[in-house]
Amino acid sequence: MRGFRRYSTYRAATLAGVFTNSVFGVIIAYTYIALWDVRPSLGGYDIDQAVTFAWIAQALIAPVAIFGGFVVDELAERVRTGAAAIDLHRPVSLLGLRLAEDLGRGAYHLISRGAIPTLLGALLFDLVWPDTLGTAALAALSIVMAIVVSFGLRYLLGLLAYWIIDIQGPQWIVVLSQIFFSGMMLPLVVFPAWLRTIADLLPFRCMIQIPIDVFLSDSTGTAVAPLLAVQLAWIVILLTAGAAMTQVAVRKVVVQGG
Amino acid sequence: MVDAARGFVVIAGAWVRAALTYRTSFVIMVLVQVVITFLDFAAIIIMFSHLDAFGGFTLPQIALLFAMSGFALGAADLLVGNSEALGRRIRDGSFDQMLVRPVAPIVQVAADRFAIRRVGRIAQALGVLTWALLSVSIDWTVGRVVVLVGAMLCGSVIFCAVFVMGGAFQVFAGDAAEVANAFTYGGNTLTQYPLTIYPTELVKGVTFIVPLAFVNWYPGLYVLGMDDPFGLPSWFQFASPIAAVVFVVAAATFWRIAVRHYRSTGS
Repeated sequence: MRGFRRYSTYRAATLAGVFTNSVFGVIIAYTYIALWDVRPSLGGYDIDQAVTFAWIAQALIAPVAIFGGFVVDELAERVRTGAAAIDLHRPVSLLGLRLAEDLGRGAYHLISRGAIPTLLGALLFDLVWPDTLGTAALAALSIVMAIVVSFGLRYLLGLLAYWIIDIQGPQWIVVLSQIFFSGMMLPLVVFPAWLRTIADLLPFRCMIQIPIDVFLSDSTGTAVAPLLAVQLAWIVILLTAGAAMTQVAVRKVVVQGG
Repeated sequence: MVDAARGFVVIAGAWVRAALTYRTSFVIMVLVQVVITFLDFAAIIIMFSHLDAFGGFTLPQIALLFAMSGFALGAADLLVGNSEALGRRIRDGSFDQMLVRPVAPIVQVAADRFAIRRVGRIAQALGVLTWALLSVSIDWTVGRVVVLVGAMLCGSVIFCAVFVMGGAFQVFAGDAAEVANAFTYGGNTLTQYPLTIYPTELVKGVTFIVPLAFVNWYPGLYVLGMDDPFGLPSWFQFASPIAAVVFVVAAATFWRIAVRHYRSTGS
């Protein structure tokens, strides 16, 4: 709840974000239309499904923090200022606290920067919606898991600051991979086979490609269970690693400042 | 004007020296800029693995449009891109200090936190441009060379004006800095592709309202020797300087109005 309130305070910033996501939604939708116009059914999508992909991907950018930031910067900043020492004394686990906060942030971004551009997209284009309530619920679940996967990555990156202080290098590597291999640049179904294989081995597709494939599953006929299983597996891996790394960090930390 | 340039060089120079102090960081950030802007082109290359022509244009032709737009945005981003951060200066009150210094506020805002790492985007654009010029078949004339070079300069000026307008907008709407992104980075994304893929209204919008089409589309058509698919007047293909001048005047006016209406946070 605190995370939700913290971000919902800045209304002008949210509106500006909604506007920008919508403008990009329009531009990218037209590039996909041009592509699928020449190659209908490319990658198993038809034009409407491709356009839906463009809009839902825009809607997910803020909730799954494709451009990074949030938890990462804050953890790193607290190591630099020494505030990290206080975090380690709190009666709740650092991971649990940050996860709760990030889910609040994600929920807010989903309602504002997710839902509003999607509605606008639905007014301007023919979007494809889930046929059944069950699929809609699974898509919602998949989006929540997408936020948790994204959190897991950002938490690990932030914790890196306990070792190397300046995490800009690793952070950019993750953000660049995230932009390219999540499906945000281009749906992974369009990738050449070898590049798709690489993308399938990485956690980033859990953030955009998988939730959208679940969202579209009624009309594309994609099997949902394996996709959700992949997301769950990455959540277990990332959060376990996060918890283990927190343990080590507690013993390792050098508190900066006085 | 000379004073303004000197002020810019002094302030920007200080930031360059600061950036070069941490050399590894600097190299990483430039590389990141190159890669992140190249990803857009990688996406186009992947699209072309399924197509021969996109919106009626071949890959080298699109590469030329892509590079012209990328160069213009890169140059503008380097020179005045930090007007994006004006909102923060207003919030913490340090914009007040800028107003009493003996250098024009616009120069200070532009040179503030001058980020030399942004040459990465320009380098990437020049790389794609080189490839485009080597692979595209153009019947080169003096006119085409002049239009190409002129468009890259005018395009940079047009994007500079967009950045300044974005900065001025923040005087009125505090933390809404992201709106400007829709026109700068959004405009860049839009003009990376031939405008033939967009509806006519959108093309008219980027011709008559925000003249982004003059960054690369109209001059690009002339360089490539293609007819305007939308049938707009052919002199538009030489009109980038006019569009740049008109838009700069508009941006300067808006900026002056914004500075005049600025109210300090009072801290």
